[in-house]
Amino acid sequence: MNLVTIAWKSIRQRALASFLTALSVALGVTLMVSVLVVHGIVDRIFSQNASGYHLVVGAKGSPLQLVLNTIYHLSSPVENIPYLYYKELKANPRVQNAIPICMGDVTLEGNFRIIGTSPEFFEVDYHPDKKFRVRGHFLEDDFDAVIGSQVARTNGWNIGSTFQPAHGVADSDHVHEEKFTVVGVLAPTGTPNDNGVYIHIDGFFQIAGHEKPADEAAAKAAAFEVFQQQAGDKKNIAVEPTPEPEPKPAPAKEKHDHAGHDHHGHHHHELPDEQKEVTAILVNAKHITAAIQLRASINEGPYAQAAVPFQEINWILNNVVGNVRTLLVIMTALILVVSGVGIFVSIYNSMADRRREIAVMRALGAQRGTVFAIIFLESILLCVGGGLFGVLLGHGMVVIAAPILEVRTGLLIDPWAFEKLELVILPVLIALASLVGIVPGMTAYRTDVAKALHA
Amino acid sequence: MSLRLKDVRKSYVEQDGTRLPILGIPEFTLQTGEQVALVGESGGGKTTLLNVISGITTPDAGQVVIGNTDLTKLSEPARDRFRALKIGFIFQTFNLLPAFTALENVLLGMSFSGQKSDTKRAKDLLARVGLSHRLNHRPATLSVGEQQRVAVARSLVNRPALLLADEPTASIDAQHQATVLELIREACHEHNCALLLVTHSAEVAGQFQRVERLKDFNHPQ
Ligand SMILES: Nc1ncnc2c1ncn2[C@@H]1O[C@H](COP(=O)(O)OP(=O)(O)OP(=O)(O)O)[C@@H](O)[C@H]1O
Ligand SMILES: [Mg+2]
Repeated sequence: MNLVTIAWKSIRQRALASFLTALSVALGVTLMVSVLVVHGIVDRIFSQNASGYHLVVGAKGSPLQLVLNTIYHLSSPVENIPYLYYKELKANPRVQNAIPICMGDVTLEGNFRIIGTSPEFFEVDYHPDKKFRVRGHFLEDDFDAVIGSQVARTNGWNIGSTFQPAHGVADSDHVHEEKFTVVGVLAPTGTPNDNGVYIHIDGFFQIAGHEKPADEAAAKAAAFEVFQQQAGDKKNIAVEPTPEPEPKPAPAKEKHDHAGHDHHGHHHHELPDEQKEVTAILVNAKHITAAIQLRASINEGPYAQAAVPFQEINWILNNVVGNVRTLLVIMTALILVVSGVGIFVSIYNSMADRRREIAVMRALGAQRGTVFAIIFLESILLCVGGGLFGVLLGHGMVVIAAPILEVRTGLLIDPWAFEKLELVILPVLIALASLVGIVPGMTAYRTDVAKALHA
Repeated sequence: MSLRLKDVRKSYVEQDGTRLPILGIPEFTLQTGEQVALVGESGGGKTTLLNVISGITTPDAGQVVIGNTDLTKLSEPARDRFRALKIGFIFQTFNLLPAFTALENVLLGMSFSGQKSDTKRAKDLLARVGLSHRLNHRPATLSVGEQQRVAVARSLVNRPALLLADEPTASIDAQHQATVLELIREACHEHNCALLLVTHSAEVAGQFQRVERLKDFNHPQ
């Protein structure tokens, strides 16, 4: 029999105590693994899918909230800005892409956010060098919808499915009558886009209730124009002259009258542009310098702010995720220390009962080093065995939690993908077990055989 | 292999600092294969003597020579190794390790001597003491007599040159006492192994040709 076998049999002899001790380590490691996985998810949310856009333009306020809301579909909705502003920005020569984002509705099923946007949304990489891929096709008609992979999976929707948007992110008691038809399902992107339901912006504005009340809109549009006139050459976005937005009477756009839409049975109430609003505008400038200039001039103006997603996310990574990580590391360290103390107490307590066993081993010719090694190995086996069990248990929990987390975060979670930090667990456990095993091991080493044999 | 003690002295220092002399043995020998019963009053130092002979306890002075080896000249690990290979041990109680089956307890004897586990030999020895049907029982499920027989089997597994038995039959009833004793003596005879057996029982001692009273050759000062 080798020493490991001998140690293992001694562990088995005290089955309950050993089991509880190993369990405490297992639970500690389970917690640690879960924490690492969750941390990995948080990290990925904010770093992996750092968006491909230069700027997010929206109402004045917290730039962080604007980015979280627009790109991550997190945080509460922000104020809207006039559609006219979007048109002005789009015409700006520094702008490569300006994509309107209209939020405020959700799907009744699954509470997924509905995003009114232009077809251009899908032409721009959602992540540097990553293009949207779709089964079916992207947005073409006013009442087309393209859904993220997670939406398709959760709601069981496919091309041809129809749905009616419900108003409000939180409360969804008001259901709009307008019906949208799914024409495309996005390939998984591993970003919050997987949780999005994208509808054509022209359809969005035809949903009853999405117009700004006429008087309010008129006031706001008037203010906007007044400002433009006052600003003179400086302009809203402080760039080259832009065409004065002309208040147009409804119907605003010719294409809304497409006869093809009639089969949807929608009543088209066309909005004048003054009554339209967008939540945010995703902007790519023609080049990075243009982006910087654009940002400065937008932020100078009174109507909107331009946030740089990259900067906001960095802020989160440095100030929130970083702190959370430190906290988690401290927590897991404490957990392990507690488990270690547990093992120590368990083994150390057993030593009193085992003095005679150790003395018998010594009488049979076992050397001091041998009995030390046996006790020491017990500690290692308990720690490492409990730890491995904990790793399995931890990932098992992630298996259970993965579908929920995927819906919440839009990330694709592979429960068996090991976090790099997990590799540290084994050496840490061995170090801990060594530390914990030394004192009882030394007790065994020092046992006075003659005394113990006849005690 | 023979045993020879020369001028062995051992005393314990009590907690209040007074010296308590236990052993003072000018000369004591045991021939190869010789069987000796050791008797003496309680507290006389019989167990201490066995511990000194086996190297578990180091004497304050003197020589303990087994074969050609003086144990007192060996380092502790070397003494442990020597004990594992050459000396068998049977105690009055608690001979077996509770975590191991009868067979494993016997195999342990080989493990610590650094030999390859010879399961066949272990089984043969257990069969020899009539325990073929108890190989995989743990000590807790064995009777005291059975436990002592496992201990006998284990003490012989490494073919020791010297078997030290400290009241091996004291906790067994009269009938089994005789069986176990017979077993030990026969096994020693077969292996040409010297036997030093401590007993309080006149009946047990009576079966030995040579009976030594500790106080006859031990003069502690
Ligand atoms: N480690 C020790 N420290 C101090 N005194 C000890 C120690 N071990 C034994 N003694 C003392 O030495 C004396 C001899 O003890 P020992 O166990 O050798 O006697 P024994 O002859 O085996 O007695 P018994 O027949 O009762 O087993 C006793 O008085 C005992 O109290
Ligand atoms: Mg004694």
